[in-house]
Parts: sequence; C-alpha cells; structure tokens
Amino acid sequence: MVEGPGGRNETDKARDEFFSEAQELVDGLGRDLLMLDDGVKKGQVDPELINDVFRAVHTLKGLSGLFGATRMAGLSHQLEDVLDDVRLGRLEVNAAVLDLLFQAVSLYARLLSAEKGETPEPAQDVEQLLLALGQAAMRRSGGGAGVVAQYDLDPGLLGVLTEYEEHRLRSNIRQGFKLFRIRVRFSLATIDNALDELKANARPFGEIITYLPTGAGADADTIELEILMASRAAVDEIRTAIRGPHVAIDEVQRRAGQSMAPPAKPSAHPAHGSIAPAASSPPIAVVSIHAPPPAAPVPDVRIADAAPAEAAAALASRPGPAPAGREMSLRSVTQTVRVDIRKLDRLMTIVGELAIVKTAIARLTERARLARPTMTSPRELAIELQRLNRTFERHLAQMQSGILEVRMVPLGQAFDKLARIVRQISREHAKDVNLVVTGSETEIDKLIVEELSDPLMHMIRNAIDHGIEPREERLHVGKPPIGTIALNAFQKGNHVVIEVEDDGAGMDSTALVAAAIRRGVLSPEEARELSTREIMALVFMPGFTTKEVATDLSGRGVGLDVVKTNIGKLGGVVDIASDVGIGTKMTITLPITLAIISVLLVEIRGRLFAIPLASVEEAIALDEGQVRTVEARDVLTVRGASLPICRLDRLFGLSGSGASRTRSFVVIAQVADRRLGFVVDELVGQQDIVIKPLGKSLKKVRGFAGATELGDQRVALVVDVAALIEEVLSPGETRFLAAVGAEEARTGVVTVGRA
Amino acid sequence: MRRVLVVEDSVSARAFVRAVLEAPDFATAHGGCEVVEASSGFDAMRLLPRSVYDLIVTDINMPDINGLELIRFIRKSAHHGATPLLIISSSHKKQDVERGLALGANAYLPKPFAPEQLKNACGRLLEATARAAPQSSGPHGAGA
Repeated sequence: MVEGPGGRNETDKARDEFFSEAQELVDGLGRDLLMLDDGVKKGQVDPELINDVFRAVHTLKGLSGLFGATRMAGLSHQLEDVLDDVRLGRLEVNAAVLDLLFQAVSLYARLLSAEKGETPEPAQDVEQLLLALGQAAMRRSGGGAGVVAQYDLDPGLLGVLTEYEEHRLRSNIRQGFKLFRIRVRFSLATIDNALDELKANARPFGEIITYLPTGAGADADTIELEILMASRAAVDEIRTAIRGPHVAIDEVQRRAGQSMAPPAKPSAHPAHGSIAPAASSPPIAVVSIHAPPPAAPVPDVRIADAAPAEAAAALASRPGPAPAGREMSLRSVTQTVRVDIRKLDRLMTIVGELAIVKTAIARLTERARLARPTMTSPRELAIELQRLNRTFERHLAQMQSGILEVRMVPLGQAFDKLARIVRQISREHAKDVNLVVTGSETEIDKLIVEELSDPLMHMIRNAIDHGIEPREERLHVGKPPIGTIALNAFQKGNHVVIEVEDDGAGMDSTALVAAAIRRGVLSPEEARELSTREIMALVFMPGFTTKEVATDLSGRGVGLDVVKTNIGKLGGVVDIASDVGIGTKMTITLPITLAIISVLLVEIRGRLFAIPLASVEEAIALDEGQVRTVEARDVLTVRGASLPICRLDRLFGLSGSGASRTRSFVVIAQVADRRLGFVVDELVGQQDIVIKPLGKSLKKVRGFAGATELGDQRVALVVDVAALIEEVLSPGETRFLAAVGAEEARTGVVTVGRA
Repeated sequence: MRRVLVVEDSVSARAFVRAVLEAPDFATAHGGCEVVEASSGFDAMRLLPRSVYDLIVTDINMPDINGLELIRFIRKSAHHGATPLLIISSSHKKQDVERGLALGANAYLPKPFAPEQLKNACGRLLEATARAAPQSSGPHGAGA
C-alpha cells in the first residue's frame, strides 16, 4: 500500500487498527440493533439510535474501502443506503428490516475473519443479503418537503446542516415541535464532558438537531456553541433543565404570516416504527459495555419476539435454519484490550517503585563489593537484602495483580452477542423467548471471554431448540407463553460461575438412561449405579450427539460434548441439572484467569507436581488405617463426610523412590461442588507460576493443564483438577493418564512448550 | 517540515492518512511531513489555535459538531482563515460536499481513496501554499 521501509511498518499498524476498530464498530452495531429491536417492539424508535447505527455502517464502509476489504465495503454501501432511507424517514424500520441488519452483523464478523485470512470469504451469503437489502430498499417512500422556511433561522446555520440534520429539523417541525436556540459557552478543555451533561439534561425534552460553533467571543480556551433543539416543552421548562452561567436560551420565532403546521399526534404513528421522537421517555440502555465498568448492576436484556409472522411475509430475508448459521462463530477477530489509562498509570507507578528497589540493590552490591570485613558484616547485608526482597515482592505482587486487572473484561462482551443469537434463533424457530441477563459486569480474563462465546452460544441454541416448548404446548401445561432463558454470572472466590437456565420441558432421566443403553454407551448394570446427576451428565458424552437420540429426548444434546471439551480446555467444568416440566440449568465454573496462578507444589515418587490452589481446600496427613474401600474406590471420612481419594502415583503410573515412605498426605480439591482427595508423598510449598502448554509429545494427554518452570531449573506438571475429578468420579470414560508415566520414563524429560 | 492536521473520528482512517503522508516518498518531496491527529471537531478546535498548520484534512460525518461546522469555524478564525482544507468523506451526499466547498474547503476527495490519490490531493494543496507563502515553510521541493 505504501512504499518504503518506513511506510511499511506504519501501514501494518494502520491495518491492525482497522481490525480492532472494525470489530468494535460491529460489536457496537450489534448492541445498538438490540436496543433498536426493543424500541420497534415498543413502537418507539429513537432517531438518535438509528443515526448511530447509520454512522457505524458509514464508518465501516469508509474503513473497509480504505483498507481494501472490497466485499465488506460493498455490503456496507448497500446497508448504508437502506439505513439512510430509514433515518431520513423514507423506509420504515420493522422486524423484517432488523432481520437483515442482524444478519449483516454476523456476516461482518465472518468477513473480518476472512479478511484476516482465517476463514474463506462468505461470498454467497453476502450476495444473498445484498439482494434482500436491494429489495428492502425498493419499498422506500418519498421524503418531506420544505417547511424550514417558516422559521426565522440564520441562513448561516442552515448552510452547515448535513442532509440528515436538515431532515431531522423538518421532521420535528412537521410534528409541531417548537425550535429553540441555545447559546452556551464552554471551556475547550472540558467541552466533551460538559456537552454530554447538557445533552443528558436536554434529552427528556426533545431532540438536539445540531451544534454550531459561533466563533464569537472565543479566545483560545473557550468556545461558544449555538445549539438548535426541537421540543414540545415551553421555553421556561427548557431554561430550567439546561441551566448554567453561560447559557442563553431563546425560542426561534415563526416568520409572520406562516400558519402552524398541523401537529401530528404521537398516537397517530404506526406502532411499528416510523421514527417517533423520544420526547417523553429516553430509551432504556439495554446493555452497556463501552462505558467504564458500571457501578450499578447492568440492566437486564429483554428480548421478546413480537411478530414472527411478519418475517414470513418479508422478502427473501427470513433467516432459515441455515447450515452456515450453525457453524458460525461468535469469536471476535481482535486480541486487543482497551485499557483505562488510570490502570496503566498505576502500573507505571509500580514500575517506578521497582526502579527504586533496583537502585537500592545496586548500592548494596557496591557496598558488599567494597566492604572490608570490619565495615559491613554479612549479617547486616543479609538483613538489608531481606528488607529489599520484601519490598520487591510486594511491588511485584502489585504489578502482577495490576496486569491481571488489565486483562480483565466484563462478561457482558460475550453476553451481548448472545442476545443477538437469542433473537435470531427464536425467530428461526418462531418461539418467543425472553433472555434475562444478570451479572454481565462480572469480570474475567479477555482470553476466556473470547473462548467462552461459542460454548455459550451452543448452550443457548440448545435451550431454545430443545428446551423451550412451542407456544401452544406451553399454554397447554399452564406456563407463560413466552419462554425465559436466564443467563446469570457471578464471581465465587477465584472462579466465575455462569448459569444458563431455561424454563422449558426439562429432561427425563429414565428416557436418558434408556437411550444411553440403546446406544451402547452404558450397560444396564452401570446404569443402575448412576446418580441423577451422573445421568444428566450423559448428555455431555459424544455418543449423545446423534440425531436418533436427539429425537428420542426431544433433541437435547446436540454438540454438548463439544461444549464440555471447550470449557474443559479453559480449566472449567460444566454441570447440568434438570426437572421434567420445569426446566434445565447448566452451570459453568471457570477460573478467573489463565495467566498466573498460585499452586501447591507436591512431590509424588520424587517428582514435582503443581495443584492449582484455587481448587485446593486443605491438605491433611493420611492415616492409611482410615481408608475404606467402597465400590472399588478408596474413601476417607473427613469431618463426618466421606471423601473419595485418588492415589496419584498409581493413576500416573509412577514408580521409584518414596515407596517406603512412612507418611503421606491427602490434598483435598474441590471444583464446583465435587470433592476428591489426592494422595501425595510430600507437600513442598506454595508458589505463583506461569502455566505453559505441554510439549508436543504430551499434548494429547488429558489430566494436565500444562507445565511450569519453577525458576531453579526444575519443571513441574500442573494437574488439571477438574479433569481428574471427572476422570475419577465419573464412570464410563476411558482411562487416559497411564501413558504419562510411561512417556516420562521413556524420554526422561517433560517438554515444556512455549506459551 | 509541513504540518498536516487530520480531523477524523475513525482511528484507523487517521492511521491510514498518517501512514501515507509520513511515508518517506511523500514526506521528503514536501520537505518533511508531520501529521497531527484530531479525533473530533472539538479536538481540532483545541489544537488549531495552538499551532500553525499547512493543511487541514477533515471528514464531514462526525459526532457532535460535523465537518461542515468545523470548516465554517476555521474559515471565520483569524488564525487559519486561509489554510488549505481538504474534505475526505465517504458521504455520497452531494449536498453535504457542496456545502463544504461553499463554506471554503479547497478540495474534496471521496473515501475510499488509494494512497496515490491522497498524495496527489494533499501534494497539490501543499504546493499551492508553498508558492503563496514561501517564507513560512521553506523553499518547496528542496528536500530536507
């Protein structure tokens, strides 16, 4: 694009910016569309929101053009045309048009990923959408005529209105709104915030058409704006709402001899959307993520499908249950985290503190080098070093938590996308579904959020596909006609818990067991041993993804094994509980971060293993005399409760020193609410580690989250507690760990890959 | 050294313009080039009185004050009343562009544009000022 070695680098940077900005725009577009959808259902569409949607697409068009993303530019161009018609009042925004816009959002995600070369270009889907958009645009009607001349407005002001602003002005005048001229002086340094405040104050009263810098009285530090506002309110009301030392408000007078345009009553507007002014009620912020972390809980997302029949009538636009949709991924293409500058400032301060420690160490080293034995005793040096070490440790810990904090993003980032999916799927299936979200402000590592989108999408798809019953069926059993899916997130210690709960048909455990036996996944004998929870967990087994079983069980189970695997990769577990006729609840428990974790180092047969402290409850001495065998499982009774134990040396196939030990320990671990005791030879200590992926030879071995270098040349394998608990406590799964000992014995080393 | 103010709410579009104008081939042809970025009309109004610019490049469709309002403000200001001004916009609204030119913008380059087109448009406007006021920014074409 740009020649020369210097330009090359800048161009790459610009391209990176393009991807992260485009992704942000697309995410924002999705959120705005959800709000718009909500508005359309309530029959009250906020023109500003429509303009935001238009602007996002407009910017995307410009950007994709600049950076050579032709197909994306083409799509944006067509979308922009449609949205322009909508915002200029020539096209009604309804559920069918929204369908197309939502389709565009998911297409954008695929186009961006294709632009990065990660996936093939969805050429055909783009063509289809372009066609549908073209058809939609044909239904536009004419715009309005000039009524602006009735008002005594400064021609200078009229000359700087964009076509859209002029349209808004006309539209407000036609609805019988009065015009007000607000002159305000701002300090240039603080204008952004001050103007936001003014907008918020003005919003309940009407619409701001434009802001014009007057150029009058402005020195280098102040600016005077002339704001044109339309409102039904009286001038006094507006004067009360927008007050300040440098504010002057006048009503713009009608020219003499001009008659009043017939005011349109708000009720005369069609319920489904031609743009109605948000005069009386400001739109509800449905999901807020862009803003700094909200102090109050984020308002619920509510999505209820109003009129599925309408979509059937509309165009080629109805989103069929297309195969492409099923393979769709919600992961975003960026790996960028936007960081509050204050967080970085804090980190910078800590770096400063560390620099001071470094200087002190240098000085001490110098002293030690020069010291004659009489001047500084080794003991004094040691005390000094110890002091420095403590300071150093403290700052390092602050640094670590500071950086972790930077990696944290609100789960809402993933939830927003899910709200779109719910809308789409519920329209595909013509089922009315409310999505109720709580805890979207819960923070989790950016990496986890990205990896979480797809499993959550699968779960929600399942809940709507197979959980929520059709409307008639729901009415028949006395349930509310609209189904509810609750998406709840909260933090629990070092974990984040996410629940997906539906009020659908639930699963029948008898039918599940019967199907499992028929599929050969389970023998009738094994089946008798299973607890209800273990029976429910059958849906996560690969054998349950087939159509045959799916139909048997009214379909639950599609792709849930994949969900379980993916959650497992993130160090999490997924659980399921269900009541026939009442609903199903799936619970995901995840670590807050993947980056740095505290572990308990233990020794087994002379080898070091690390157990993540987040899952460790306590460690106790093992009294072999207390061990009982129940159903071929070793069990201990700890404080009145029985605890299954697992001898890691046997599980891992380790042999060697330590066999003749007199004492060993039980490390009690817990994930979600399942507990297991690990028998180890020695408790070595606690340490913060960075987990690295296992080298190639061990990559396929489950049961380990990775490996870590301990800083003294030693390497320890990090135990995947969730997987081990699963392995030991769940029946019918293959043994997968015996190979580890063998591999280690063969090569003599454990290879640690690069993170 | 020529200073160019780019007023554009999209961060990657600004980065694009910077990459093109600060690339060695263009920059050396104009005695060095420094791009200053403004992310909004207000941002531009904060920057403008504090420095001298040889060229202002602005988008039209921006939140809060739009590009047209900014152009009017610039043309009325004593400081930059005569600074060459280029509109870059993907707006296909003829009316918007015409208004911008009527308010005193010197040229209009529709977005998207190729790097060459941006170089040509900016190059022409910079040369015009170099001829008009050679003392302000050194002899044109002499290199740096």
